[in-house]
Amino acid sequence: MEENKKHLDDLLHIRSMMERSSRFLSLSGLSGVFAGIYAIIGAAIVYFDFQAGSLTYSEYVRSTAGAENQDKKLMFLVAIALMVLLSSLVTGYLFTSRKAKKQGLKIWDKSAKRMMLNLFFPLFAGGVLCLVMMHHGLLGMVAPLTLIFYGLGLYGSSKYSFVELKYLGISEVLLGLASAYFYGKGLLFWTIGFGLLHIIYGSLMYFKYEKPAK
Amino acid sequence: MQGFNQLNKAFESRVRLGIMSILLVNDWVNYTDMKDTLGLTDGNLASHVSSLEKLEYIQVRKEFVGKKPQTSYAATQLGKLEFQKHIDGLERLLKGS
Repeated sequence: MEENKKHLDDLLHIRSMMERSSRFLSLSGLSGVFAGIYAIIGAAIVYFDFQAGSLTYSEYVRSTAGAENQDKKLMFLVAIALMVLLSSLVTGYLFTSRKAKKQGLKIWDKSAKRMMLNLFFPLFAGGVLCLVMMHHGLLGMVAPLTLIFYGLGLYGSSKYSFVELKYLGISEVLLGLASAYFYGKGLLFWTIGFGLLHIIYGSLMYFKYEKPAK
Repeated sequence: MQGFNQLNKAFESRVRLGIMSILLVNDWVNYTDMKDTLGLTDGNLASHVSSLEKLEYIQVRKEFVGKKPQTSYAATQLGKLEFQKHIDGLERLLKGS
């Protein structure tokens, strides 16, 4: 029996070393939950802003490009989106570095770099494409495209982090595609994709891997 | 004790087991990354590395990154094969009991 335990421990050790050296596992589920909350707050601000104004979101994205009120609104929307992104990144970094410290790992190791590269390359392409869409006045495509490229980034980076990210990525891509079809409903899909899905994914991951054992 | 002879004495130590595990899933790993992943202190790694190198299970590469010398490690074909056999042996022993 003693022998057996050693063999089992050896195998577990092998597995943990393989994972630790190739996957970025410090990513905290709580950062997902907070990103979701920020997204919902951002979307709510945008929603009520449209409620107060004369246009609905759907009418707005179909309005003619270059109209003066469109440009002003666009600045506002971009500012809100950037604020959501920035606060999510900062909170994500804080929770993740805390988790890494607990695990006795460095936050910025090789697997973290690989994961980030795989996540941010599609995001970069998607971001540029969104700017191009805005330039041409195709505002309704921005929400679907952010969902699709974010999902693609997650899908690719799941190889270097939690496998579960893959399913989140697939869901985001599907939502994005549906959102592109239902042109003009982008705000709703965006709220589901960046808000609801993040909260669900983040809490699942938190309870699966991080919840302090009693 | 079926499969007993499949276990490789070279991988009995936890550190060497860790080194081989890391090198099985990564191409070249430098000294600092290796040390950090294994959670070792300085100097502890060297003796294990040299014993694995002597068996030709791993290869060592020294190069300059800027002005700093950097040592990196990779598993050889032989090392990967032997380590895989070792893992299979462990699994068989556990299943057999």
